Amino acid sequence: MSDNPNNQFEPLILGFTCNWCSYRAADNAGLARLKYPPNIRLIRLMCSGRLDPQFILKGFAEGADGVLVTGCHPGDCHYVEQNYKTMRRFKLLHKTLDQMGVKRGRLKLVWASAAEGMILANEIEKFVEEVRQLGPLNWPKWDKPLEVVADYEVVVEEK
Amino acid sequence: MSTNGKPKFSMYWAASCGGCEISVLNIHEKILEVDANFEVVFWPVAMDSKYKDLEAMEDNSILLTLFNGGIRNDENEEIARLLRKKTQIMVAFGSCATEGGIPGLGNLGTMKSIFDTAYFGVSTENPEQIYPKTSFESQFGQLHLPKMYPVLRTLDQVVPVDYFMPGCPPEPHQIGAVIDLVIQVLNGKAELPPKGSVIGAGTSTVCDECKRTRTEKKIKKFMRIQDVERIDPEICLFDQGIPCNGPATSSGCDARCPAVGAQCIGCYGPAGGVIDYGARLMSAFASVIDSNDPDEIESILESIPDPAGQFYRFNLAKSLLRSSKYAWKGE
Repeated sequence: MSDNPNNQFEPLILGFTCNWCSYRAADNAGLARLKYPPNIRLIRLMCSGRLDPQFILKGFAEGADGVLVTGCHPGDCHYVEQNYKTMRRFKLLHKTLDQMGVKRGRLKLVWASAAEGMILANEIEKFVEEVRQLGPLNWPKWDKPLEVVADYEVVVEEK
Repeated sequence: MSTNGKPKFSMYWAASCGGCEISVLNIHEKILEVDANFEVVFWPVAMDSKYKDLEAMEDNSILLTLFNGGIRNDENEEIARLLRKKTQIMVAFGSCATEGGIPGLGNLGTMKSIFDTAYFGVSTENPEQIYPKTSFESQFGQLHLPKMYPVLRTLDQVVPVDYFMPGCPPEPHQIGAVIDLVIQVLNGKAELPPKGSVIGAGTSTVCDECKRTRTEKKIKKFMRIQDVERIDPEICLFDQGIPCNGPATSSGCDARCPAVGAQCIGCYGPAGGVIDYGARLMSAFASVIDSNDPDEIESILESIPDPAGQFYRFNLAKSLLRSSKYAWKGE
């Protein structure tokens, strides 16, 4: 990042938007010249229900510090009720990620209608700050040889 | 070394339970065909053989190696590399070698938690608090034990693998079919599939092979199978609220578990096209929950107390994340 006088950590955020509401909200924010941090990379899907949990895990595995999932408000889905599936998948992912040691704060769900550019921009700004506080995730790329644990004394406390 | 002109066969176990070895013997009289067509040169569970004998063999002198077990310590890795050098066709055999298997679940916790469970847990009687050391001074000199890695890796994460054969353990008829194929190839009657293929498994899902009747899935509560009073013998187990991993699991086992009223736990690995097995299952499980109310969804999800164990029982080491942060960070 060019404008970074404090040398602070700049999180890399992956954002998924749906074609009918949240992508248009992002568009709306742009038209209204609302500013939000450039840390987020938005990807448009037809529907948040298209968001396969694989995409989110791949994001974390390949360097994202946080993932923002966005969609139409409950009841407003263009495809009737797919965003409810998104909500259930999101909650299930949170539970699974707990066990994987990925903090819940790194995966967030935000509903934004096509008119809510301001809300989306604010939420992005808030999320970037939250992930900045959590620090880098640095998930390993597994491209270096693993080091063995040479001495079990270090893992076993003196009994 | 004696040679009778027959192609050489080896089998090795790394981090595994030994069930794969039993499953090879479980092919019944076909084992005689293995003996008729191959010279077994290295198979620690079945015959006396030393690592130095293996080292002395010429490179690529073994035609077929069935390697089972994941790579958990430096001995596993050393032998995997050695066998790769000596072998023409390297097969990752069984769940542990292909996708981590049950030992791969160790990737959820730290080494300390593994040691605590193994040596100091409630199920271990260990009044003298003994645990292994990586080196030990004995009256015969210094003895060494293998050193562990912080996470378990699959075979193909360590050495190049030619074929993958899933299953915990692989089904006898699938092993028999693969052995038949190799023998046919030896006789010039068939060709090997492309390198990197999954062999000895189907191309569809367990659900596709399952005889149970599927209805529309609407689940209000997932139930552990032992808590279900009466399991309907005809209807899909998943429809009955029993967490069945069939939808994401590769066919090839003839859906044996659901056929006898036990849910699929996913030992045949991801079906074709599935990148992350657990993610695909999470997607499937979330889709069938019959509620749109956030609080009710939370309470339904509470009936899955161990999601990582449910969705990644055999696949954790091969998943996109591979291991929990606790394991790779060691804290």
